[in-house]
Amino acid sequence: MRPLKTLKKLYDDESHIITTEKGSPPRVMFYGEDFWVEDLPVGTRVICARPPLEGVPNLKAAIRYAINHPEGMDPLHALLKPGMKVTVALDDISLPLPPMKTPDVRQAVLEIVLELLADSGVDDVHLVIANALHRRMTEAEMKRMVGQTIFDAYYPDRYYNHDAEDPDGIVELERTSHNEVVAINRRAAESDLVIYVNINLVPMDGGHKSVGTGLTNYESLRAHHNPQTIRDSDSYMEPGRSQLHRSTERIGRVIDQHCKVFHIETTINNRMFEEPVGFLMKKEEDFTEFDRLKLQSFKYALSKMPRALKRKMFFNIYAPYEVTGVFAGATEPTHQKTLEMSWKQYSVPVQGQSDIVIFGMPYVSPYNVNSILNPLLVQVMALGYLYNLNRGVPLVKKGGVIIFTHPCYDEFDPEHHAPYIEFFNRLLPETRDAVKLEHKYEREFAKNPSYVHLYRKGHAYHGAHPFYMWYWGENGRQHVGKVIAAGAENNHVPAIMGWDRTDTLSEAIEEARGFMGRGASISFVKIPPILQTDVRL
Amino acid sequence: MKHEHAMTSPSEAPKKAGKAAFFDVDGTLISTNVVHAYGFYAMNTGNYLGIAKRSLSTLVNLPVFGVLNLVDRKIFNEYFYRQYEGLSEDRLFTLSRDLFTDVIKPAIFPRAQDLIDQARRAGCKVVLITGALDFTMQPLARHLGADDLIANRMQFVGGFATGKVIPPIIEGANKANVIREYCEAHDISLVKSFAYSDSASDYAMLTAVGRPTAVNPDLRLRALARSYNWPVLDLR
Repeated sequence: MRPLKTLKKLYDDESHIITTEKGSPPRVMFYGEDFWVEDLPVGTRVICARPPLEGVPNLKAAIRYAINHPEGMDPLHALLKPGMKVTVALDDISLPLPPMKTPDVRQAVLEIVLELLADSGVDDVHLVIANALHRRMTEAEMKRMVGQTIFDAYYPDRYYNHDAEDPDGIVELERTSHNEVVAINRRAAESDLVIYVNINLVPMDGGHKSVGTGLTNYESLRAHHNPQTIRDSDSYMEPGRSQLHRSTERIGRVIDQHCKVFHIETTINNRMFEEPVGFLMKKEEDFTEFDRLKLQSFKYALSKMPRALKRKMFFNIYAPYEVTGVFAGATEPTHQKTLEMSWKQYSVPVQGQSDIVIFGMPYVSPYNVNSILNPLLVQVMALGYLYNLNRGVPLVKKGGVIIFTHPCYDEFDPEHHAPYIEFFNRLLPETRDAVKLEHKYEREFAKNPSYVHLYRKGHAYHGAHPFYMWYWGENGRQHVGKVIAAGAENNHVPAIMGWDRTDTLSEAIEEARGFMGRGASISFVKIPPILQTDVRL
Repeated sequence: MKHEHAMTSPSEAPKKAGKAAFFDVDGTLISTNVVHAYGFYAMNTGNYLGIAKRSLSTLVNLPVFGVLNLVDRKIFNEYFYRQYEGLSEDRLFTLSRDLFTDVIKPAIFPRAQDLIDQARRAGCKVVLITGALDFTMQPLARHLGADDLIANRMQFVGGFATGKVIPPIIEGANKANVIREYCEAHDISLVKSFAYSDSASDYAMLTAVGRPTAVNPDLRLRALARSYNWPVLDLR
């Protein structure tokens, strides 16, 4: 039983916003694979995440309840017939972030679903990772995701990555009313039932986006992964105001007409860190002496470590997420429940926008698990994800300044991000215009046999993926007046990206004030843990 | 004529419609090399005395081949192909089919066909370009579904090999020249074309096209690929 004082703090909305005063403690923020501890100007609004919601007390019972009481469909056991063909699709390693401690929630769902399938006489079962144009997961990652027993039983013949470039592995269905290509994995299309097991980290995920995006190919993704669709989306974290989601919904409805898809969606809380880095979950006001000691120890240790080792260390810190909800059934009613739970965890009401918004940039994005946050991914984090963590109204004012903290090192992982290297070094120096890039180069990269080969046989992102990363930032690029990379260790990466750079956060704030005026309002968004601002104008 | 081809500039190339993928063969698509092929011919040609003589000569020359290959690929080719002198044309063509079945086919890298198929799906003309002899490579080119084969041609006089290769010898910088000429003749854009090789000795060929890729690269080529941001593939 929690004491009354704790409960009061947990459920007090206003406690998520702190206005910096003269005696306020310095703020801890990520600086890539390091921490910065910085004093912010008096008056800066510090926006903190809600405390983690309580997880469901019995996960297996929650999964069983969800599949036996689904939304808008018969219970899963009633859909099964002996001898039928079933494909179970799974979200890939891009979710959640950081990767969760084992057992992964996907393993928990699979253990129940696969047992039910076996009990129902369904033997023709394939597990397909819905990685779309993301890199193929490695054998070790696949094993970690589903556990040893399932891995041994299904890998490699019946547990594999989706291949968007397999000429025989994709089926094109009818087009949508907007002439969008609808194409999905052949195994899924020819199955009597598709079960999609989802982890919903943010409201952008799940719903029609699961099958329609995860199990499709380049031609279908082009319908919504393009600069115009992104520009037309107020925030792709709020499906209702996102052109991206309107397109995936049209595609998803065509898929639902042709395939029986039973969704199992799970929401997790935002408990991303535990000891020894539990202090990252706290407001600095709540730090104990021991927390400060741990922070300083970490900072010292990190200062002595090479970057590759720091990366390795951080990727070995797994998140102790708890599952807050399990929902199952038809696509739309299931996802509606998921979204409600997701907002319950992430939504932080904020009064008014700010002229200047500061983000601490962590070491990880959805596209560099076990790899490097290269300059293109820094861009997608700043202008794609962090900028878009809102409910339709951005936290930064139109023409305002985004400051983020990251070294912006010119490092790429040639195994995972081969096409990014050419995109960054050859295309961006020529133009940063997303429409021009799409028109002139996207197809060339997407069809480049070397990149297709690296995607299909290696562990590289598809040739079109660096373009998507650039488009993802389009919304933010169109909105903000200036981006400042605080702590960028070189000049050329910010220059190629079209950003300013400063050595320190103080200099960045001074430059931003020079741009927006001395009275400019400042917000610092303390991420991670994840939050989404609900800006009231 | 050659001079004109060498002057083809990348800025002119985009006007051309087509694109091609040029694949080096030895070490790139297959794990064997020209010495393996000659060894096979030596072991299967003529009477026992001839077989013994040629096999022994090949063995003795192996260190010389190795050194020459490192020092200068052109001299290596000239010296190496002298070993063919006196071999019958009919016999070589007949043996080339056995060579393919027994030696080359099992040595094709497992992912080579996938890459070639992908190049074709991307709209590329598939061209094998190799320092090996044409009659040795023809069965492989057919097997892989290549559109064209550019390989060295042995000179035959009176039905017997002279040990000389009809110039230009396909190696090193000459591969780049031949590729330029091929693109000119077939209305292919150099800038849009791809080249694949495993060896730094093919640096010129790789830099001639707009889309070079290192495949199973040696240390020098791997370093070059990293420097120039070329993709690195492993077909093994």
